[in-house]
Amino acid sequence: MLWVDKYRPKSLDNMNVHEDIAENLKKLVSEQDCPHLLFYGPSGSGKKTLIMALLRQMFGSSSEKVKVENKAWKIDAGSRTIEIELTTLSSTNHVEMNPSDAGFQDRYIVQEIIKEMAKNRPLVDAKGKRGFKVLVLNEVDKLSREAQHSLRRTMEKYSSSCRLILCCNSSSKVTEAIRSRCLNVRVNAPKEDQIVNVLEFIGKKEGLQLPVGFAARIAEKSNRSLRRAILSFETCRVQQYPFTSNQAIPPMDWEEYVSEIVSDIMKEQSPKRFAYSYTSCLCENFTFIIRKIIYISHCGDYFNFGYQPDTHSILFLEVLVVHRLLCIFCIVLCRLFQVRGKIYELLTNCIPPEIVLKRLLYELLRKLDDELKHEVCHWAAYYEHRMHLGQKAIFHLEAFIAKFMSIYKSFLIATFG
Amino acid sequence: MAPVLQSSQPWVEKYRPKQVKDVAHQDEVIRVLNNTLETADCPHMLFYGPPGTGKTTTALAIAHQLYGPELYKSRVLELNASDDRGINVVRTKIKDFASVAVASGQRQGGYPCPPYKIIVLDEADSMTEDAQNALRRTMETYSKITRFFFICNYISRIIEPLASRCAKFRFKPLPQEVMGSRISYICKEEGLNLDDEVLSTLSVISQGDLRRAITYLQGAARLYGSSISCKDLINVSGVIPPEASEALFFACKSGNFDLANKEVSNIIAEGYPVSQMLDQLLDMVVEADDISDEQKARICQKLAEADKCLIDGADEYLQLLDVTSNTMRALCNMPEDFTYEA
Repeated sequence: MLWVDKYRPKSLDNMNVHEDIAENLKKLVSEQDCPHLLFYGPSGSGKKTLIMALLRQMFGSSSEKVKVENKAWKIDAGSRTIEIELTTLSSTNHVEMNPSDAGFQDRYIVQEIIKEMAKNRPLVDAKGKRGFKVLVLNEVDKLSREAQHSLRRTMEKYSSSCRLILCCNSSSKVTEAIRSRCLNVRVNAPKEDQIVNVLEFIGKKEGLQLPVGFAARIAEKSNRSLRRAILSFETCRVQQYPFTSNQAIPPMDWEEYVSEIVSDIMKEQSPKRFAYSYTSCLCENFTFIIRKIIYISHCGDYFNFGYQPDTHSILFLEVLVVHRLLCIFCIVLCRLFQVRGKIYELLTNCIPPEIVLKRLLYELLRKLDDELKHEVCHWAAYYEHRMHLGQKAIFHLEAFIAKFMSIYKSFLIATFG
Repeated sequence: MAPVLQSSQPWVEKYRPKQVKDVAHQDEVIRVLNNTLETADCPHMLFYGPPGTGKTTTALAIAHQLYGPELYKSRVLELNASDDRGINVVRTKIKDFASVAVASGQRQGGYPCPPYKIIVLDEADSMTEDAQNALRRTMETYSKITRFFFICNYISRIIEPLASRCAKFRFKPLPQEVMGSRISYICKEEGLNLDDEVLSTLSVISQGDLRRAITYLQGAARLYGSSISCKDLINVSGVIPPEASEALFFACKSGNFDLANKEVSNIIAEGYPVSQMLDQLLDMVVEADDISDEQKARICQKLAEADKCLIDGADEYLQLLDVTSNTMRALCNMPEDFTYEA
């Protein structure tokens, strides 16, 4: 088992981080009176762990006996019937699902399925307590507006028999109406020293020798995501043990890749690259054109159309001008062409485009001068927004890169002439 | 049937006024409705106003008061956005319900029981325009035997022909005193101790939305027991503590991009909602004395754009960073915005 799962706290009592939240949740449950909950916070901060622990606190160990089901629902929507399949994870007392997986049909999921589920009350146990069922919905921020609208009344209507636990990354994307009906629980990303503590705890359990500062370095690289920290800790363990104090912490391969792209983009401005891209991209076509022109001029001579050296040289000059323009164009184009390959590589490996863009910006900001940073971050925000409105992410990623290259180029020209 | 614990009911439902006269602060509406109760006659009605001001409560209360518990089910049809309300439903369900006449009114058990039915369309602004159009004729045809109550947040989303057929009532956001008195009533019932400072904090963070105030109160009461401090309320409500937003603002003033970037990443890592951050930033900018009007305008414009982008689903970090960078440029008088060409 991966360490991430192995050392996931099972109950609210032995949380490593967020003890305060756990304490509050325990109070909530002990009063047998649980409101709807909305957990929000960045990824890897422990939302899911808290939810699982909370369920355990509510229903005891029965909440851990989950079965995965692939349910199909038939929904009668006026003139047609819609079939929706959705994977659910359920135990006797709770059901967990990811309604946004249903895509644009998520509205029906929320309207019908939740209604139906909320109507079926669970049996009461011998002590006659807990007449409610818990429904865990993941990624509510990805639900469509309509689905969120229909969720709000459902929440009120079945509040006596059903509790909802919602989980999302950004609560800005959840409508106000839903937020105001839930008890909002903010789960912040653990601080670096907290991560260090957890890593040291795991190290002790596994019986590992940790050099001084090693855990701190992992924590620093983890971007405050505990999951990531533990994963890279385990990777280090697999790579080399015993640890040495200056052991390199392997970065994510896609991040490497992005920083390669960035250095590609920025390096491009040098003359050597210029020549290279020129030859590789346009050379063949261009020599072909030149040959053609020379051929024509010779033909003219041959057919006695009147040999005029002037026209030829003018023609040649024009060709040269065109050539120059093409070259400049080609720098951007050709580089984009190569970069495109890399970006496609990332996208086909299922790295979400927003994350690629964010990482690109991160790498760029590290290397740029202050004056440029404002503009670059503006365009990053602009194209990321576009990406959500548009269809294909690659367009917008490329547009951002092209935009950056043109900004960077003009900045270089302005500074160095 | 599982026993439903009394305490498991949200306070919002528990303290929902049962009678029209208990609805707080909406005097004109109540006067008209009381008249209705006496004469048992009422027009089509359209309730609009911000959330948490008592629109649904009023509509349900009047229906209950008119018919009493027995007849309520057969006389009132309540539809809201969680029911399917496409054009089909309007054509079939609503029409079927509306077209069946009821026996002429006889007072039953102290309720007026007027000879018409009521259809309550909650959250009517989320109905499609087609569905609303389909309603026009239905409303007129069956006006003798049916009354419609529309409830919505934004009256502009209701098509004009529907709006003009109704008596319109605007529900006002609740002022602090009204809210305070209602909250302290609930506190008394639930045995909570709240001092005046906490009460006013609650009114401020809930911005005239009584439902929100009660939800926060219940959340805080569950988490922290019977004595609640301002900090607890802020924790529960998801408002960003002033220190965090001030730190960001300060970073903007400093003109140091990397500092601001760090501050932004920190806010995202702490999990604060960015839309809330924009709200608070706006308040801070508008109220600040040492910023010129032009600077304020520049900042506000960007805030509005970012808000729209967030609604479209754009990334929180990038938007906040963009806002921050723009604010910094405005505050430190750096060059103007970037044009879209070039």
